[in-house]
Amino acid sequence: MEVVVQVVFGLVALFILVAAAMVVSVRNVIHSALWLIACFFGVGALYLLLEAEFLAVVQVLVYVGAVSVLILFAIMLTRQISGEGVRQLTARWPVVLAIAVLLFATVMAPTLINQQWNVPPAPPLGTPEPIAGPAELGRGFVNEFLIQFQVVGVLLTVALIGAIVIAFEERARRRKVLTLAEELELKRLRERATQTETPEPVEAEPVAREVRPASEG
Amino acid sequence: MLNAVPLPAVLTLAAALFCIGLFGALSRRNLIGVLMGVELMLNAVNINLVAFWRYFEPRYITGQTFAIFIIAVAAAEAAVGLAMVIAVYRHYVTVNADEVDQLRG
Repeated sequence: MEVVVQVVFGLVALFILVAAAMVVSVRNVIHSALWLIACFFGVGALYLLLEAEFLAVVQVLVYVGAVSVLILFAIMLTRQISGEGVRQLTARWPVVLAIAVLLFATVMAPTLINQQWNVPPAPPLGTPEPIAGPAELGRGFVNEFLIQFQVVGVLLTVALIGAIVIAFEERARRRKVLTLAEELELKRLRERATQTETPEPVEAEPVAREVRPASEG
Repeated sequence: MLNAVPLPAVLTLAAALFCIGLFGALSRRNLIGVLMGVELMLNAVNINLVAFWRYFEPRYITGQTFAIFIIAVAAAEAAVGLAMVIAVYRHYVTVNADEVDQLRG
């Protein structure tokens, strides 16, 4: 039984670490986001292994369901960056790699392994251990953690409003990129122009609304 | 789980995940890549909290509550951060963190 748990833990740990390494090393940003989803799943599996079932479900719902979709949407909205061949790491990446590896090898791992943790002994096999589950969690949220719960709710609302305000589509004059509809219209106009005369390179600057009367007139 | 896998193993896994996330957050040129690194680091912290809860006081809910609050704050951070990435892209037509340097002295 213990060997099974150890093997499962090893597989999950390997999966998490490989997926995380792919997230930071893959060139294509979309592939990177997909590996991030895999890594979130691995962390969820680890929560299941640690017998925090509710947290595993929350992890899948929030991270895999919401955050990764948000990231994918942001990648799609800031397009022409996901292509292969674009350098994805800064020039200083060897220094950063050295810092990260040294931090792990000289500070974190020795500290964690040499520390006397004084873990209370686990009850013998067969006796059920009292573990706080979703029921206790829900009771805690309406009793002792009520204020914190409300504060997090307010924080989420503020973040939602803030995200909408920050990302709100500005007026065409102040914007430097086109919306999808404007870009499509511009493309159609450009195709019409190539049928009649030699194509002119159209800059990204003019907005479709301003281009239309000039080409139709 | 308690008898099979010692606590330092779980904590070392979380530390490794944290260092990988740190590397991603500091070395990626793409702003979205930076945010993904930050998400990895937040996940590593959550693994730590859940591991401590499971090994030390599984009968209390405090550890899980912390983890849930961190997930909520991380979701808020991701929403605002990605909105800022989109706003930066609209203004500078780039999401390269090194090219957005208007405030540089």
